[in-house]
Amino acid sequence: MTMANSRSKILEAVKLSQPAFSEIITANIPQSKENLPAKFAGASTNVGGKFIQLNTLEELKSYIAENFKRTGIILSDIVELSDFSVLEIKEMDPHSLANVELAILRANLAVAENGTCWLPEENAIQRVLPFITQHLIVVVSNDAFVPSMHQAYEIIDQDIYGYGVFIAGPSKTADIEQSLVLGAHGPRSMTICLIQELNNKEKR
Amino acid sequence: MKDHSRLSEVFNEDEQRVNWHDETLWWIRQKRDKAANMLPEWELLRENASQIKHHTLSNLANYLEQFESKALANGITVHWAANAVEHNEIVLSILNRNGIDQIVKSKSMLTEECHLNAFLESNGVGVVDSDLGERIVQLAEEPPSHIVLPCIHKKKEEIGELFHKHLGTAHGEADPQVLTEAARQDLRSVFLTRRAALTGVNFAVAETGEIVICTNEGNADMGVHLADIHIASMGIEKIIPKRKDLGIFLRLLARSATGQPITTYSSHFKTPRLGQEMHMILVDNGRSRQLGREEFRNSLKCIRCGACMNTCPVYRRSGGHSYQYTISGPIGSILAPNLDMQKHADLPFASTLCGSCTNVCPVKIDIHNQLYQWRQVLVAAGKTTATKRWGMKIASTLFAYPALFGAAGKLGRSLMKITPYLFKNRLNPWYHQREMPAPPEQSFREWYKKQRNNKD
Repeated sequence: MTMANSRSKILEAVKLSQPAFSEIITANIPQSKENLPAKFAGASTNVGGKFIQLNTLEELKSYIAENFKRTGIILSDIVELSDFSVLEIKEMDPHSLANVELAILRANLAVAENGTCWLPEENAIQRVLPFITQHLIVVVSNDAFVPSMHQAYEIIDQDIYGYGVFIAGPSKTADIEQSLVLGAHGPRSMTICLIQELNNKEKR
Repeated sequence: MKDHSRLSEVFNEDEQRVNWHDETLWWIRQKRDKAANMLPEWELLRENASQIKHHTLSNLANYLEQFESKALANGITVHWAANAVEHNEIVLSILNRNGIDQIVKSKSMLTEECHLNAFLESNGVGVVDSDLGERIVQLAEEPPSHIVLPCIHKKKEEIGELFHKHLGTAHGEADPQVLTEAARQDLRSVFLTRRAALTGVNFAVAETGEIVICTNEGNADMGVHLADIHIASMGIEKIIPKRKDLGIFLRLLARSATGQPITTYSSHFKTPRLGQEMHMILVDNGRSRQLGREEFRNSLKCIRCGACMNTCPVYRRSGGHSYQYTISGPIGSILAPNLDMQKHADLPFASTLCGSCTNVCPVKIDIHNQLYQWRQVLVAAGKTTATKRWGMKIASTLFAYPALFGAAGKLGRSLMKITPYLFKNRLNPWYHQREMPAPPEQSFREWYKKQRNNKD
């Protein structure tokens, strides 16, 4: 087997084949910063998400009580929700999350153009959690919104994370005759909740 | 071996089905247009993406080394594979070392290109594809017919039949909602029990050593985050220089592919999960050779969105399987001959050269131009059929001598009148699906000459 040499073989071949060095010439892309939560709401709805606005975390509690089964396992790292959710998630074996009904997580970044929220590992708590839960609620504050992916990457450009994910709505597929079905392998629903009076703990 | 045009004929025997296939793909193309037209900066994005890819290819060796050193620092094991055989051996050795004989896989065209599934299975390793479309074609024992929509050629009734046989759904059940739920339940138990997950890679960032994987279903993440070992296979052309470049590519990818503003999940894997082992396999398999072919190196800019397939009038009416290569459609027809010129000599001819592929390509690959260039290369290398070679020779002689051209036309017109059976028979492929036109009394040249004479 010559695999040990493959590295140098490949790099040598690439060096020989690659064209003369050329600089990147990219143009700046203008973005409108108006009305971001409304734009986000529209985009999120288009990708199957649900966008709601509440004033306080207390209101979120009643919203959850009215809209979700309280019998299933609910996980969150938001202390205000501790009377019905499990907070100690970090040390769990990911496989033990298989029966989670609802996860309520925070996001510091929401992109208006496409309805995505950014969840780095510390917000997801466990990498598999935003995927394995049957339903997902993501809580954002007013200052989380940016117009497009360009601004999103400007913000996370120097961030240190082991893992991070942009999530746009519930898990979905259209592989069978292009019929859209929500709830492929991940959450069957995603609710993005803007809390007006939320203190963004990690203000950037 | 049947070539593209023979296989297309077979595909075209069921006219209703061809029309359905054609319309479905065109509908996706229209969704792409709608998404693209919503962004005034669309053309700017395409230009930027193309420039970044061009720059990356011009500095690829350095970027590969940078990516490797960052990935190593992130705690990832990096492997290099010169070809498909080496790639498959690396995967198998990782699994053997850990005593694993069952894996879950998310979408990876590279592993299709390397025929990894068949190799692993012949070595006693069970593979379950977890993308719904891929799972369906896996159960049907077929290759995917489209890189983004693997079972776009299948009717829901056929999928229902497969699921009835393999997943125990009710006989005759064909509701996509019900079938998807059945696959969800079945694959959930797979995700929860596999110790190794294999994924493809959409983008690999040289600056940080992280990889980005885009899915709508969340299947790549479900597999990886529940497994002890993550193996990611990537072609060496997946590199982009900086994290912020993702802003451009993620805005283009899903809009071009399906008309979505972004895929549901854009997952950034930088370090393995605590206690997890992560491997990255960098695969050449002909890519460095394509990089050296000046007229074809732009094809390495491809981000695998499938827009060129959805828009292609030939792909839409011949189906992905007629290309007999992992990546079908216009871009596949440029990539395939690089790997095997003889075997895939038919593909650059499976195009009308209408240029629609070039117009929709998010990284501005001059696809139709490269198809045209491949034809020159293939003819010069003697890889085309004798019929094509002689046909072209005869045609070029005819066009080179106006007197000969005129005489041949005259002869043809009178023969069509006197002995129509010479044209109206099985040997004339034109006559298979069409009536022969009535021969005109005179040619244009004769008519033109007469007009001039009348004037004088």
